[in-house]
Amino acid sequence: MDLFEWQAKELFAKHGVPTTRQVVVSTPDQAAQAAEQLGGGPVMVKAQVKAGGRGKAGGVKFAPDADAARRHAEAILGMDIKGHTVHTVLISEAADIGEEYYFSFLLDRANRAYLAMCSAEGGMEIEQLAVEKPDALARVPVDPVAGVDAAKAREIVTAGNIPEAVRDEAVDVVVKLWEVFTAEEATLVEVNPLVRTPDDRVLALDGKVTLDDNADFRHRDVHDAYRDVSATDPLEVQAKEKGLNYVKLDGVVGIIGNGAGLVMSTLDVVAYAGEKHGGVKPANFLDIGGGASAEVMANGLEIILSDPAVRSVFVNVFGGITACDAVANGIVQALQMLESRGESLTKPLVVRLDGNNAAEGRRILSEAGNALVEQVDTMDGAADRVAQLAHGSAA
Amino acid sequence: MAIWLTESSKVIVQGITGAEGTKHTRRMVASGTNVVGGVNPRKAGSDVDGIPVFATVEEARKETGADVSVVFVPPAFAKDAAIEAVDAEMPLLVVITEGIPVQDSAYFYNYSRERGTTRIVGPNCPGLISPGKSNAGIIPADITKPGRIGLVSKSGTLTYQMMYELRDIGFSTCVGIGGDPVIGTTHIDCLAAFQADDETDAIVMIGEIGGDAEERAADFIKANVTKPVVGYVAGFTAPEGKTMGHAGAIVSGSSGTAAAKQEALEAVGVRVGKTPSETARLMAEIVRA
Repeated sequence: MDLFEWQAKELFAKHGVPTTRQVVVSTPDQAAQAAEQLGGGPVMVKAQVKAGGRGKAGGVKFAPDADAARRHAEAILGMDIKGHTVHTVLISEAADIGEEYYFSFLLDRANRAYLAMCSAEGGMEIEQLAVEKPDALARVPVDPVAGVDAAKAREIVTAGNIPEAVRDEAVDVVVKLWEVFTAEEATLVEVNPLVRTPDDRVLALDGKVTLDDNADFRHRDVHDAYRDVSATDPLEVQAKEKGLNYVKLDGVVGIIGNGAGLVMSTLDVVAYAGEKHGGVKPANFLDIGGGASAEVMANGLEIILSDPAVRSVFVNVFGGITACDAVANGIVQALQMLESRGESLTKPLVVRLDGNNAAEGRRILSEAGNALVEQVDTMDGAADRVAQLAHGSAA
Repeated sequence: MAIWLTESSKVIVQGITGAEGTKHTRRMVASGTNVVGGVNPRKAGSDVDGIPVFATVEEARKETGADVSVVFVPPAFAKDAAIEAVDAEMPLLVVITEGIPVQDSAYFYNYSRERGTTRIVGPNCPGLISPGKSNAGIIPADITKPGRIGLVSKSGTLTYQMMYELRDIGFSTCVGIGGDPVIGTTHIDCLAAFQADDETDAIVMIGEIGGDAEERAADFIKANVTKPVVGYVAGFTAPEGKTMGHAGAIVSGSSGTAAAKQEALEAVGVRVGKTPSETARLMAEIVRA
């Protein structure tokens, strides 16, 4: 889960990372009040969206007083930044900036460890920094077993060429950022800029944090508080409540399958097939897992059929752990369950069953005799048929 | 002789008394695996279908001579279970559990790497099977037969799909390495082992979006693999920034895309199928040529 800047800075404050005081607001009046609350200014007014380049888009403004904060908030709220609408702005104390640095901890998948990145040259996007001044960006591997203590933190900030005069302060900040990274179970903690004030304090002026969704069970309170339900597709929210792995896409062919890899592959195969049928594309990703029951199948079908964009549905199941006869019974029961919930099938369903007991599974489905359910034996053939049906129904 | 898992492998199950652990223990036994014990500190002294349950991995290893452990414990306990197996110097540790926090996986992987006595497969994987010999994990054993193709895949069901499509040719070993961001055994580890295995003639490699493991595997193939390799990559239509089922399956900005992976593999002479079925056909052509 990616956090907003205000959430990241809230976590920084929780773990003692020096940062600026802040209030997050959603109206211009609240912005003015917040500025007063923070001492009447000067303050920064910052658009809260999960996208880079906010400054360039005009989403970050300096306000000398509360009136200016109100005016800037009025202009920024509702703004579109890279496809994200600004619903909230952050009002934070403006800090005097002497120098700007860059710092991050992140999961390094390739080395199956962590990486600390540090540079005395901050104030630009990390992608730009990595390209324009690669030598100025220190990349220091961090062993997940050993972790980061003061000595390791010193190694990192020294490698990043943080000036001697504030090195002790920087070491202290890095140790606390490591605490944020581990205690909150993040996969990314980035501070850009990390600033040196004229009186030699080191402050985190911005924050970007990604939390590990797999660690939900240990951080229920934080994750629930920070989850941005309003920005999530309503079908995704509904699916999550039912424990389904669903991602909304922008096509018209509904997809259900078992296993993440097989479903990803199904999306691709449908998109290829769609090239021959008016360019139809998959409408969603939905993985019902390896040993899916009738109820899970019914829940999945219900979500997909409630998507108005869907014109045809592809159920792509490989019978491995759960054999195909059980899957076929599951589909038949799921259709009955849907009917009992008052939502009978109205869109064509193409089913491909392969693997263990495939013949028996296909027989069960055929005997159920639902006119809207069609079976195709291969994945490629079924993808072609479902794309054709989706394209045809548009005409 | 297949890789890592053979007819002489002795397997224990951590979490054998849980619903999943018991179910899959029975399946492993039914497919001919020599399951010699299980571990649950609270049920030590009992048994599952006559398979003895021990209090610790160390005890189980000492009593049975086990050299493979398969982990079915829930995510919250997986880190401790893995560390216990590493401490017992279990040569092969297969972590089936899905949903382990990545900092836990990063910890136990590096813990094992520093000790150097345990190979970890997974987590969030279906395990590995050497058909007709042994099956450590949840891969259905009856969808294929023994043969001379090696298979390595991030995805469970795509593994099964490929095993099934190529069932008439058969496999030496199939390894599901898992779809998490941090995994113990990589495509490269499997490619190296298959290259060295005299019972493997050709290799199918299945990848998916996220990270750069496939790109690095391509570099490895160029420098080290002389056996024919056929590839498949899932996730061409995945949108940027969305996790597609597997925790590690995410395109971040312009990195981790399926197109980049396909390009890297094709650049080193790997034939990459457009669909799983086409990939299977490419492999069948190579084997039958």
